[in-house]
Amino acid sequence: MDAADIPVWVAIIVVALSIAGAILTLLGCVGLARFKDFYSRVHAPTLGTSFGTIFIVMASMLYFFVSGQRPAVHELLILAFVLVTTPVTLMLLARAALYRDRAEANGNVPDPVGQDVVVEPENPAQP
Amino acid sequence: MSEIILHWGLTAAQMIIALAMAFAAYRIVIGPRAQDRVLALDAFYVAAMLMLMLFGIRVGSAIYFEVALIIGILGFVGTVALAKFLMRGEVIE
Repeated sequence: MDAADIPVWVAIIVVALSIAGAILTLLGCVGLARFKDFYSRVHAPTLGTSFGTIFIVMASMLYFFVSGQRPAVHELLILAFVLVTTPVTLMLLARAALYRDRAEANGNVPDPVGQDVVVEPENPAQP
Repeated sequence: MSEIILHWGLTAAQMIIALAMAFAAYRIVIGPRAQDRVLALDAFYVAAMLMLMLFGIRVGSAIYFEVALIIGILGFVGTVALAKFLMRGEVIE
């Protein structure tokens, strides 16, 4: 089945889902470019990897299901892969960034849990 | 009719994804530190994968789906390797 034989309402839904996914990805990348520090920026691109990917995968599944060229479950592979791997990679990356910031005493990062941190009181004479 | 809708709508979606890739590339260029660049590279990979899926819908071919899957896997492996490198200074110990 060619692209001209797709019903109009299916084409409209496919286009709407594609544009919704694209706009969410764009919002994630705008946040990536505009936020101030790394720990804020690490949140932004997950808009694209969660709902941007979900919407575009749904559009692709709908199109190939209607046009009937192949079974439309292959996209679920991409969806599952992206949804599973993104938290793993960003968690590793955030831990690496935290390690680097602690090693260089850079920025306002918290100290490791479980170590005795001696905090000097600023005004010990106050009651 | 539906061909026109699909053509222009998917072109618009690809333009938006291209703009998103431009923002990610901007963050890769200005940094300021290595972890920012790795994060932006990950976002760039995901945007490229979505762009290839849209291209596959537009062409109506299943080959682009496999290309998108390979890009997703390579993006995962690359980001994990770079994060490991930032953490330990070596990838394989």
